[in-house]
Amino acid sequence: MRAWLQHHGLSLAQTLARLARSPFATTLNVLAIGVALALPFGVYCVLGNFESLSRNASVDPQLSVFLARDAAKAEIAAVEAQLRGARGVSSVRFVSRDAALVELNRVAGMKEVITSLPQNPLPDAFVVTLSGSDPALADRLELEFKSLPKVAHVQADSAWVRRLDALLRLGRTAVSLLSALLGLALVAVTFNTIRLQILTQRDEIELCRLIGATHAYIRRPFFYLGSLLGLFGGIAALAIVLSGLTVLNRALADLAYLYGSNIRLRFPTSNEMISALAAAVALGWLGAYLSVSRHLLEADRD
Amino acid sequence: MPIISLRQVSKRYPGGFEALRLVSFTVEPGEMLFLTGHSGAGKTTLLKLIAAIERANGGAVLVNGQNLSALRPAAIPYLRRNLGLVFQGQKLLFDRSVFDNVMLPLVVTGQPYREAARRARAALDKVGLLQREKANPVTLSGGEQQRLCVARAVVNRPAILLADEPTASLDAAYADEIMEMFSAFNQVGVTVLVATHDRQLIGKYRKRVLTLDHGKLQ
Repeated sequence: MRAWLQHHGLSLAQTLARLARSPFATTLNVLAIGVALALPFGVYCVLGNFESLSRNASVDPQLSVFLARDAAKAEIAAVEAQLRGARGVSSVRFVSRDAALVELNRVAGMKEVITSLPQNPLPDAFVVTLSGSDPALADRLELEFKSLPKVAHVQADSAWVRRLDALLRLGRTAVSLLSALLGLALVAVTFNTIRLQILTQRDEIELCRLIGATHAYIRRPFFYLGSLLGLFGGIAALAIVLSGLTVLNRALADLAYLYGSNIRLRFPTSNEMISALAAAVALGWLGAYLSVSRHLLEADRD
Repeated sequence: MPIISLRQVSKRYPGGFEALRLVSFTVEPGEMLFLTGHSGAGKTTLLKLIAAIERANGGAVLVNGQNLSALRPAAIPYLRRNLGLVFQGQKLLFDRSVFDNVMLPLVVTGQPYREAARRARAALDKVGLLQREKANPVTLSGGEQQRLCVARAVVNRPAILLADEPTASLDAAYADEIMEMFSAFNQVGVTVLVATHDRQLIGKYRKRVLTLDHGKLQ
């Protein structure tokens, strides 16, 4: 048992020494793995930001019902009654054309445009909030309201939330695909790195087998090599993603200041970072396993 | 019970070359014997079969009572730990010291470091290389390199020592030195099987001689 632990310690120390002996090749390998991992992890982090954005946005869909310009007071009241009576409507708010104009006046740069117009171009409108977020309900009510007399146009305000949601779903699928693809790349990189290492130690491996080394003994140092490459690559990936987010946040801070808001990209949580590192180590280990097993199989056949 | 026993063993290589044909013999524990024959007669193949480096196509090879053709691949390392091998091509590692070369069989079999180091130094002492333990094997003379191979083969205290042409590249004085070492190990109970084509050397020892001719035992 003590000898076994000693050999584990020795394997780890020898592997570290071996990596340190060729710093240039090691750095390049670690960078290749780091970049391969940084892509899916970075996209995952940015997507996470949009996800929290879509969660915070009101998902209760709203419909804006714009009336015809020539609608009379009585007709407006009739439409309001219809809206309030429809099933699935939780509240109805009337926005008169004058109120809308006042609102528009507050938007920078619009004042000049509006004063140059001969008359108020805006129609009266109702903002209808629906009680459920079922897209089918919004579609049904949109159609129903469109057919009411003196209703010129109905606009579903929640459409952008649904579009964002669909986009996010697309993004998540893309991240999964990207992760799988670049995970494969990581396995390939470690496979080849370890194959090279095996070839340079070919004589030693052959000799060890002849003097009674088990397969487990021969595999051990290469497992360490693969796992360490994965670990260092994972650390490089985290460094790339964190510095990328920092740079983006600085640029975003200027933009957010101009818009008077406080938008920031969220950093990955420590759990997410640990998971990413664990995945990198596991993939490096897998590359090593495939590489050594293949070599031992070939050696057994000779 | 014989420690090595071959019954009707044949070995054919892919391509049809028949290296051994129906070879049968037994070796008693503690015996020392020579295996001789012309180059290509099958001496190396025979040693490889005993060390489970190659598998026989027919017949049975028994070492320590174990039938090698029935051995699981996972059991082969444990069989080899009972064998000391001196290879034809030496197979020394030139990226480490003399001491580390001798340590390797002990490290591979998981001996605790302190005990392993003690045994490695004892083995180096027996072959007269203790003063050179820190040297790189590449700086050793041909005779010293061969002695290092012997030290590596015996450091695990094997029951059987197999040597393939251990004196091939050495002049007569060095060759005698190596053979004297084998003889000394044999005297303390190690079974020794030496493959060599050097008839003169064989003549100096009164031991059993197996002669191979085109894969057949004479």
